[in-house]
Amino acid sequence: MKEPTEKPVFEGLSLAEIQEINAEMTHYEDKTAVSIEALKIVQKHRRWVSDACLVAVAELLGLSPAQLEGVATFYNLIYRQPVGKTVIHYCNSVTCWMLGAEHIRERLCRHLNVGLGEMSADGEYTILPIVCLGACDHAPVVLVGDKLLLDISDDAVTDILGR
Amino acid sequence: MEKMDKPLTKNIRSDRAFATLADYESTGGYQGLRKAITQLQPKEAQHWVKEAGLRGRGGAGFNTGLKWSLVPMDEDAAQTRYLVVNADEMEPGTFKDRLLLEQDPHQLIEGVIIAAYAIQASIAYIFLRGEYHLAAQRLANALLEARAKGYLGEHVLNSGFNLEIYLHTSAGRYICGEETALLNALEGKRATPRAKPPFPLVSGLWGKPTVVNNVETLCNVPHILHYGVEWYQSLGRGADKGTKLFGASGRIKHPGLWELPMGTPIREIIEDHAGGMRDGYKLRGFLPGGASTDFLLPEHLDVVMDYDAVAKAGSRMGTGTMIILDDKTCPVQMVLNLEQFFAQESCGWCTPCRDGLPWTVTLLKDIIAGRGRMEDLDTLSGLTRMLGPGNTFCALAPGAMEPLQSALKYFREDFERYIVGNIADMETA
Repeated sequence: MKEPTEKPVFEGLSLAEIQEINAEMTHYEDKTAVSIEALKIVQKHRRWVSDACLVAVAELLGLSPAQLEGVATFYNLIYRQPVGKTVIHYCNSVTCWMLGAEHIRERLCRHLNVGLGEMSADGEYTILPIVCLGACDHAPVVLVGDKLLLDISDDAVTDILGR
Repeated sequence: MEKMDKPLTKNIRSDRAFATLADYESTGGYQGLRKAITQLQPKEAQHWVKEAGLRGRGGAGFNTGLKWSLVPMDEDAAQTRYLVVNADEMEPGTFKDRLLLEQDPHQLIEGVIIAAYAIQASIAYIFLRGEYHLAAQRLANALLEARAKGYLGEHVLNSGFNLEIYLHTSAGRYICGEETALLNALEGKRATPRAKPPFPLVSGLWGKPTVVNNVETLCNVPHILHYGVEWYQSLGRGADKGTKLFGASGRIKHPGLWELPMGTPIREIIEDHAGGMRDGYKLRGFLPGGASTDFLLPEHLDVVMDYDAVAKAGSRMGTGTMIILDDKTCPVQMVLNLEQFFAQESCGWCTPCRDGLPWTVTLLKDIIAGRGRMEDLDTLSGLTRMLGPGNTFCALAPGAMEPLQSALKYFREDFERYIVGNIADMETA
């Protein structure tokens, strides 16, 4: 992951971000279609989408900031607030709920001393709920960054944080 | 033809490693595409799939070949057509497409190319859940391999047919599984459903004719082309044709996913394949095809997994992945969990869904917290009608009402126990 301090070269976006967004544009009939991928690209580089970045992406795509904000706030995986280096998504849908999702949430939140959506004091983690992760035969499951952890045991915290 | 009773999963290995291009080709992979491109006209390919009797595996169950045949393809029709793969698996309790995407990506890609050829689409999008990182990585790699081998790009297998496939990873929202909402999401907008008609087959992505098919549906297509219509029809045990991925999760001995013939009895899936209930638990009921299907009871175990048979029993086959309710899980709390999901994932576009689902959640929470009244059950029944078919823009709210209406029917005493307990408490207070 690149650091947020990367030097901005255009309207608040880095050259790398602009290049990646432009590459996506070749896949669609118009620029609007790139909105979601552009926000995800910014997020890949900076972990979250600040107001300044949102305005810059809107300008790049020829959209009004309000229109892009409508898109950004619609989707569960676009973060409009700072998050930790690793986002832990615990599945709270039906099978995981039945098999102990709440227990996992409680232990994680207590261990990191955070509420849902907050950043841990060391800036490492943010815990968020997520809908069914499509691995119900291995419930309960947790998505740690990009990695899906299956059959989470009662030692959830050790399993997930690896400490 | 070893293992040909399991065409969808024949390359899938128990160690979760994935089938490479060489693995896939060694078991007949891309032969269906070769046959379609070199021997069949697009209309003939449509006809094969229609005759085979393949029905959409995303839940709706519409005949796939028939769907393709409704795309305008005469000379006056728009020359740009799109094929879109709905890989936005997010129905709670559903975990079938993930297996196909992660472990045999070329099977899907071959299905996409054949489907695109059949409707003469020059661009296809795979709309993939953002959380499916491993699937994204393996699909992206498989697309490069397919291109390098001439299955994809300009002049597919040296024919006059050109196709680009782009992978679009979503940013997460259940409503994107609704096909017109998915098209809005692909266009970079809020994923609210569109008014129908016009149907996407006529006016879809950027107003062009568009077919949206589910992952599992498309994975069937290469085999129909390669092995033929008669072979495919011979796979079903009942009225419906082919095989399907059936699954079960909850407090059963062996939760999992199995490729079985359409028409397999539910009892066989739960008792034989899933090994029955865990020790100390009894079967109380089950949702046969994901969160948005009506509960069925142990008395329905002999129903077979066919679209019409499950409908006759009062539910839907949906995605074919069952969620098991055991005797130690409270059905009212389970329904609350389901309704919280639907309320959260409502796109907010139409009033019954936007306001009705949070109301449902509030009533259920009150009942569970001991603040419920008997009239609340009538209000909940009223909501199942108000949010039911015909009153909303799309199928999200009607789907949300299915587990609620059947829970009110089958588990009424569980709702009443919370309320009666509350009345008793008040009297003694």
